Amino acid sequence: MNPQFSSSNVVRLSGVSKTYRVGATDVKALDGISLSIPSNRFSIVIGASGSGKTTLLNLLGCIDAPTGGAVEVCGENVTALSDDTLADFRARNIGFIFQNFSLVPVLTAYENVEYPLMLLGMTASTRRLRAMAMLEAVGLVERAHRFPNELSGGQKQRVAIARALVKRPTLVLADEPTANLDSATGASIIALMRHIQAELKTTFIFASHDAQLIAHADEIFSIRDGALLEHRVGTKP
Amino acid sequence: MNLLFKIVRRNILRNRRRSIMTGSAVAAGSLALLLFGGFTRYIFAGLETGNVQRNGHLTVFHSGYFLFGEGNPAAYGIPDYRGIMRLIREDPVLSPMINVLTPTQSVLGIAGNFSGTVDASKTFLGEGVVPSDRNRMLAWDPYHTRDVSVPDGRMADSEQNVGLLGFGMARVLGLCGPLRLQDCPSAPDTPVARDDLTAAVNTEVLDLANRDTADHMGAMPGRPQIQLLAATADGAPNVVSLTVAGVERQGVRELDDNYVIMDLPLAQQLVYGRGDHKVTGIVLQLRRTSDMPAARARLATLIEQHRLPLEIRDFAELNPFYGQVVRLFSGIFLFIALVMGMIVLFAVVNTMTMNVMERTNEIGTTRALGVRRRGIRQQFLMEGMLIGAIGAVIGSILAIALSLAVNHAGLTWVPPGNANPIPLRVDVLGEPGLIIGAWVGLVLVATLAALLPANRAARLSVVDALRHV
Repeated sequence: MNPQFSSSNVVRLSGVSKTYRVGATDVKALDGISLSIPSNRFSIVIGASGSGKTTLLNLLGCIDAPTGGAVEVCGENVTALSDDTLADFRARNIGFIFQNFSLVPVLTAYENVEYPLMLLGMTASTRRLRAMAMLEAVGLVERAHRFPNELSGGQKQRVAIARALVKRPTLVLADEPTANLDSATGASIIALMRHIQAELKTTFIFASHDAQLIAHADEIFSIRDGALLEHRVGTKP
Repeated sequence: MNLLFKIVRRNILRNRRRSIMTGSAVAAGSLALLLFGGFTRYIFAGLETGNVQRNGHLTVFHSGYFLFGEGNPAAYGIPDYRGIMRLIREDPVLSPMINVLTPTQSVLGIAGNFSGTVDASKTFLGEGVVPSDRNRMLAWDPYHTRDVSVPDGRMADSEQNVGLLGFGMARVLGLCGPLRLQDCPSAPDTPVARDDLTAAVNTEVLDLANRDTADHMGAMPGRPQIQLLAATADGAPNVVSLTVAGVERQGVRELDDNYVIMDLPLAQQLVYGRGDHKVTGIVLQLRRTSDMPAARARLATLIEQHRLPLEIRDFAELNPFYGQVVRLFSGIFLFIALVMGMIVLFAVVNTMTMNVMERTNEIGTTRALGVRRRGIRQQFLMEGMLIGAIGAVIGSILAIALSLAVNHAGLTWVPPGNANPIPLRVDVLGEPGLIIGAWVGLVLVATLAALLPANRAARLSVVDALRHV
């Protein structure tokens, strides 16, 4: 597999491997993966459970470090950055959407969306403007002041999407974003993400088994046993 | 910062029961510290007041008196004490600090009651004072301990050869009846075995005493007289008569059985006879104890400037019991503070560890969003600090309320070294330093206790934290 490197690549992996130590055994989660993803793409990583999808997303999200190779995100070689610099880098450039929504339970929907903007040191008025606009985009303005435990699964994921996108990141990583949702809600969430991606020109990378999601992907990366098996362009550009 | 505080506050409320339990431990610690601290401060104030009322803050002695003079007060007299007192009184630095400046004369000897019905004698430890100065000293009470011995007028500057005895001394000398003392048993009715020699000596003592005091006045009707025998500065025996105006209970039995207080001229006459009258000490009672170091330093300067053979001692040096009690109660307070600190420490560590475990996934999420390790640490430290602060405030309020209740309950107690019961008080409200100190200490312990779990939370791997269910 020859990755297509270009200056507009949001993500570039070169011979990346990741080995975990479980007891006395070394477990290879990723094995020499090289790939690149240009900006403004709706990409998906597919593979069986334990194939290394989540590990790959963790490396792209700069929340884990490879044991070999280089990871470049938004033009920056992130493998050499310190923990604090990585945290700041994530705050500026990367949005996360998790399978279990992972909203801060003591914050309202509005406050959850506002949180990433606070980390960027934005003023209260800017935060308010942006957070409300984002909540409006995901259709949750009326529930802005509800706490996560007062929202349905679909609503929680909409808040998570708003939180991921409110800072207008270059890259959004979503790990099984529809896994905990029924198919109708999942479809609406996918449509929402696709719509926002097109509008904000943000690069989305998913790890998922969801056929609906695969159907919407611009490009699909298939991995097995930690190795990149196939890279193909999606059916619905 | 605002959002961080919001997260902290809501997390405390989210785990309400756990937060209440931990806050209660802090409140209990605060309550115990403040109540015992307040009680201790009141004991210290009471002891200080008692000592300063009797001994003043500072006493100027002849050099060497403190170490050797008590066995022979006559040999360590201060000759020109009036001049020295004038020097002190007129000093512009000392003058505004002084409440009472008065001379005293210590005297050791034998007290006897040879009234005819009783033949009793006993060694005594006496003190000659200026009655009006003594009364003013007894009124010193800046801490409002209400331990003021109201001047009773039994001794007055206008009356000479009049004094008071310790309750035990009066009992031993058989004066319970004549002084109409309650709870004072009279001696068993044993026949007085008097041989001719004893009778002659007693008569001679009476004659001598009456001769030396006849210049001033004779016996007062209704008041018993005793005779005081002591060696003069020249080593000759001397005897005077003392009209007993009443008793004054002393807190320590040894002192109560030996104590005689008399007017200064009588004590001087007993010690110096017709020779030059000196005094053992010049007592300075200051308006405030906080002035003591400055007053002492100024006195030392005056003594040095005028090359006077004098030394200065403060009330704590004169009464080591004061220092012992202060050290004992300070030690107990420190022990209680340590125990309370440990309880708070373990309660907060336990609570914060559980909070970190429960919120591991949340920690992973916020770290992924871009919160630095420091931010996570701050969050849990602030949580520990806030629980500590709220608990300590509640404890302080409870302690103040309880102390007010105790102070208004009319309880009394007899502190160590006291003869009479005094009101039981717990000074919490009047000790802002104690309240602030206990609050700061407990909040600090709670914050430090949160440090360990907070560090653990901050060091969590983001991936592991996100994986945590």
